[in-house]
Amino acid sequence: MPAEAEKPMQEKKVSKQAKASVGEGTIKEKVQRRSFISWLAVAWVAFAAATGGFLTMILRIFFPNVLFEPPQSFKIGPPEEYEIGLVDIRWQAKFGTWIIRDSEGIYALSTVCTHLGCTPNWLENESKFKCPCHGSGFRKSGINFEGPAPRPLERYKIVMADDGQILIDKSKKFQYEKGQWSDPEAFLVV
Amino acid sequence: MSDKKNIFERFGESQVWKSIFRSGVPRTRRQRMMSVLNSVFLHLHPVRLPRHAVKLKFTWCMGGLTFFLFLVLTISGILLMFYYRPTAEYAYTDIIDLREQVPLGIMREIHRWGAHAMVITTWLHMFRVFMTGSYKPPREFNWSIGVLLLVLTLLLSFTGYLLPWDQLAMWAITVGGNMARATPFVGHEGPGAALLSIGDINFINMGADAKFALLGGRFVGEAALLRFYVLHCIGLPFVVMILMAVHFWRVRKDGGISGPT
Repeated sequence: MPAEAEKPMQEKKVSKQAKASVGEGTIKEKVQRRSFISWLAVAWVAFAAATGGFLTMILRIFFPNVLFEPPQSFKIGPPEEYEIGLVDIRWQAKFGTWIIRDSEGIYALSTVCTHLGCTPNWLENESKFKCPCHGSGFRKSGINFEGPAPRPLERYKIVMADDGQILIDKSKKFQYEKGQWSDPEAFLVV
Repeated sequence: MSDKKNIFERFGESQVWKSIFRSGVPRTRRQRMMSVLNSVFLHLHPVRLPRHAVKLKFTWCMGGLTFFLFLVLTISGILLMFYYRPTAEYAYTDIIDLREQVPLGIMREIHRWGAHAMVITTWLHMFRVFMTGSYKPPREFNWSIGVLLLVLTLLLSFTGYLLPWDQLAMWAITVGGNMARATPFVGHEGPGAALLSIGDINFINMGADAKFALLGGRFVGEAALLRFYVLHCIGLPFVVMILMAVHFWRVRKDGGISGPT
């Protein structure tokens, strides 16, 4: 037992000698316990912030810069290509848009059902859009009249481009319930 | 003749055997304990079980069945991955081929029915734990882990739903994506999304919200298929396996399977 107790004593002596050899001038400049702990806290905060920032940056990978999708705005040819009184479904598959021309002008309806987002079918005989998922029905204007859909279909921005073609912009939409269908860009007067 | 060792005895004393099973044939109580503690697979479990823990009437073995189904789904899923290509061109026909052309065409059905069964057993396991009061302290943390595992089980079903790439899959995920779209603050049509804007610039918009991150695009397309495939095969199982290890380990640490009181 005594032999074991002596051992740490010897080590202490050695360490004391080592301290002495550093020189008295440097002892005062040594990092004290308090400042060491506060520096440690700063280091940990910096480390946590850097790690947190990096992990936040990783979230960015879920938002692609390039999409392999049809563009949000597109030209659909001159107004003469669209017959009065008809629902034109030629852009349904590619752009998700119905072009409808009545006696006053042309508007672009979204093909997304306002219930849960399925694509309704245009039924010419019954003159209505009928959603196959849950049976919502919409009139040619886009107004809902049957089924669970809570509001009318949305309309997209429709304007005349410089080259005489109709330009549709899906990034700007107009909702009937917000009174936006009277907006000049929601309706193309021909 | 009698002092001559047979082949099993000689193999049991060989270095190969002893290096793997260090505690030897479990004959004493200590050896039985050591054989559990020295195995990475067994050590998650308690060394000894109370008699009631193996009573089917009390546990229904629902947690064990859920884990068994997870193993079935992992193995059958890996086998399916050898043939399935997550692209718009091949996904649907590869699923047909898995049934019609690939040997053991039942593998896809096993994966599908196993997935249905796992959702059911997870709920029943949760029901049992609730009805026996096993969520109470000291097991409340493990109940929370279990809730996370339930959510992950449902997410695994949701992500697997898109992979057949048929009409049902497309529209089911369309509906799911629209739910993400309506999430408060992080969905661009959800409540509070309009608050996160400066002037005309909406930070939460059609091209940057929860639905967009989920689908990798504005609608369910090839990007969504790949995204769901990776989540289904790698991302979610990775998290599930970590949480399952914690879940099993905590059963032991919280005093073993709860018993009738």
